[in-house]
Amino acid sequence: MIRRAPVNLWIGGALVAMMTAIALLSLVWTPYDHTLLDIPAKFAAPSAEHWLGTDQLGRDVVSLLMAASVNSLTVAFVAVGLGGAIGTLLGLAASAWGGWVEAIVMRLVDLGFAFPALLFAIMLAAAFGPSLSNAILAIAFINIPVFARVARGAANQIWTRDFVLAGQAAGMGRAALTRDHILPNIAAPIIVQATIEFAVAILAEAALSYLGLGAQPPMPSWGRMLSEAQTLMYLAPELAIYPGLCIILAVLGFGLLGDGLRDVTDPRLARTRA
Amino acid sequence: MIRASGITVRFGSHAALRDVSLQLDPGQRLGIVGESGSGKSMLGLTLMGMLPSSAKLDGQLHVDGQDMSTAADRQWRSLRARRVAMVFQEPASALNPLRRVGDTVMEPLRLHLRLDRKAAQQRMLELLDETGIQEPALKARQYPHELSGGQRQRVLIALALACDPALLIADEPTTALDAHVGLRITELLVRLARDRGMALVFISHDLAAVARTVDDVAVMYGGEVVERGPVAEVLRAPQHPYTQGLLAARPPLDAGQLRRRLPVVPGNVPAMADLPLGCRFAGRCHVELPRCAATRPSETSLSPGRSAACHHLPDPSI
Amino acid sequence: MQVFLLRRSLGFLATLFAVSVIVFLVMNVLPGDPAVTILGIDSTEDARAALRAELGLDRPLWQRYGAWVWDAVRGDFGTSYFFRVPVSELIAERLPLTLPLAAFGMLATVTLGVTLGIIAAAQHGRPGDWAIMLLSQLGIAIPAFWLSILLVLLFAVKLRWLPPGGFPGWDDPVLALRSLILPTAALALVQSAVLARVTRSSALEVMRLDFVRTARATGLAPRRILGRHILPNALVPIVTIVGMQVAGVVTGTIVIENVFYLPGLGRLVFQSIANRDLFTVQALVVLFAAIVVTANFLVDIAYVLIDPRLKGRLA
Repeated sequence: MIRRAPVNLWIGGALVAMMTAIALLSLVWTPYDHTLLDIPAKFAAPSAEHWLGTDQLGRDVVSLLMAASVNSLTVAFVAVGLGGAIGTLLGLAASAWGGWVEAIVMRLVDLGFAFPALLFAIMLAAAFGPSLSNAILAIAFINIPVFARVARGAANQIWTRDFVLAGQAAGMGRAALTRDHILPNIAAPIIVQATIEFAVAILAEAALSYLGLGAQPPMPSWGRMLSEAQTLMYLAPELAIYPGLCIILAVLGFGLLGDGLRDVTDPRLARTRA
Repeated sequence: MIRASGITVRFGSHAALRDVSLQLDPGQRLGIVGESGSGKSMLGLTLMGMLPSSAKLDGQLHVDGQDMSTAADRQWRSLRARRVAMVFQEPASALNPLRRVGDTVMEPLRLHLRLDRKAAQQRMLELLDETGIQEPALKARQYPHELSGGQRQRVLIALALACDPALLIADEPTTALDAHVGLRITELLVRLARDRGMALVFISHDLAAVARTVDDVAVMYGGEVVERGPVAEVLRAPQHPYTQGLLAARPPLDAGQLRRRLPVVPGNVPAMADLPLGCRFAGRCHVELPRCAATRPSETSLSPGRSAACHHLPDPSI
Repeated sequence: MQVFLLRRSLGFLATLFAVSVIVFLVMNVLPGDPAVTILGIDSTEDARAALRAELGLDRPLWQRYGAWVWDAVRGDFGTSYFFRVPVSELIAERLPLTLPLAAFGMLATVTLGVTLGIIAAAQHGRPGDWAIMLLSQLGIAIPAFWLSILLVLLFAVKLRWLPPGGFPGWDDPVLALRSLILPTAALALVQSAVLARVTRSSALEVMRLDFVRTARATGLAPRRILGRHILPNALVPIVTIVGMQVAGVVTGTIVIENVFYLPGLGRLVFQSIANRDLFTVQALVVLFAAIVVTANFLVDIAYVLIDPRLKGRLA
């Protein structure tokens, strides 16, 4: 059977590559300094100087969007990395030791699903004041149960394989087996899940920043740009368009990439789609 | 009642049925025998107008004198259940798991026969009783998973009989069942066909089951009918090498160990794409002649109602 | 069956208990001193001591937790430090907005999601299917608050058909409903995208099953087969997703209320964060989490009611 790389993999991959390139570029170059205020030039229409015009403080919109992409991707990266690492470890432990370890982990996982990211961010904001790091913690937290579940499910399958049984027979401990055999073999589903959760995290960061629970001024963020634009809806409706498009492209990119990777790495799923 | 001639069903360039002709009269019981992949289920679906949309049908198909070979699904729908009905192989999954079986049987009664709730219920219980279900009132209230395989198959037969069809097609109705349960089901089918004057097409790979159920049999191989005739004659003196192979491979006809083992003819049914140009049995046949692979043998009449398609037929006089 | 219900109920209560512990710990212990959280770091020690005494923060932790839970069970969520009224009163005041919004949102989500999913499945591989799948892919990626802004831009700013935000109260039901149209649409459009996909794949799965063939052989019309045989079976897995979507819609109302300036519970949360009204936030977070947990519990039960096979297995 010849397996074609699915369309969503290509589109998603291209979008993600573009987003990453823009974010990296913005670290060394943006058309303007995105913090540069130019009040007289506020609400400028798109032009050769300002491709998408300027905002209410005369800042260049393209530069703002570019700088904000760094924020989005960083938050997603840190939050998914943190939550993914903890969750994967928990899932691996549950699978390796079973018994009460597994029981406790799975109970915690169930519990984790009771708290959507927003609720967690609200708690942290009320206790510590709103900040980007609290938003990251909240997004990381909701990733823990997701990854714990995926890692446990994938690891449980590997534990029944011959090479693991052989290792067990050879006297390898559960921790060593997990490190040497289980972890490398569940990398594919973990990476697929991480890609999908990346999309979720970008969406969550945007929502939290929009609500004032994430990036604080003057840090550029798509979500915050939208909340500012909303107050100027009658004056400059187009300012409410661009950041939203950026969010959609980023979320769509990672979502499609994740779906595509899953199609490629999980033949079982690919077959049911055929 | 059913006149089919030259029926060919193609999927792309592959023919799942090739030049099949069939004639069924009221009350006649016909067996279709063959290995899996021989096209016998496809033939059943053709008579129901339920071929997959990717299939292309050629040939003549008349039901009650009506030409159905180019009929739309809507037209077929008015025949299904009322003129032709079908029972499938897997009773375990052929019933809607979320519905009480009584409600399933009542559905065609209410929709097609327009019976009111009470009358439909009455008729449903009669049908369940007729198909040999003990305590029909109790069973009607149960869900499919609460019934045994044999009971489910009886429910499916009751459902198929709901609108008094003139023809019942039973596609491997005993295959998924225990041997003795299968025996009861074939007995039931024979009784129903007799009592109702209903025609029966009994599709099976189990020669023993066919022998005790039908009057006439058609043996299928590679999408073609290779031999047909009264079942006793075909079993006593098979003419086509394939039929001979089937019979030789048959498990002993001992009622105690009537196992549903697949008959074994040397070799495998070729994939549709690999079928030889000439006789489809060429390559597996033990009496192959040079012309077998090149030209297709046509059905040769041996005696009234008895024919075979083979280049190597013994003298027709026997 | 009874055993199953009892076990699920115990698990449900255990989860509620754990949720309350987590919320209590995060809001009372992690920040250190709630008095400082409420009064700010520049407050005097005297003021803090007075507040601790007033709110009973000088008692041991377990006593505070016990009192909080005991009161909450009886419907007393304490007193808002900022508004100086019982939190339960604040909630009762705003529930008539948040509850209908969530209910409408859920209703619209299920109606839209299941309908689109079934249409897509019935149209499998044809343009209708493609269009719905494309839209739903987009719907999954759209932030609800941005969709809200777009809806406001179009229907309030440009076309002036509907109010851009705010809530006039239920005195005039027509006005009230009008002001809930856009928020409901924003909630449902995004949430139904996921549901449409799940419904579609679930229906496609069911269409392959044998009993669908039986239904065809019985001469039933495609529409009836879809509605009476495929849909009910496809709904079984959909119920789980609907349970999860309650969480989405509930947190969605928090966001949407802030986009449309609707004075509901979600708005209250944010006001309370800004007002450093710690215990009001605490009560609301527990309330929201409890709704999510309860929804999932109910779905577990509903599952068994829908599928007779499960009932048999649990008997």
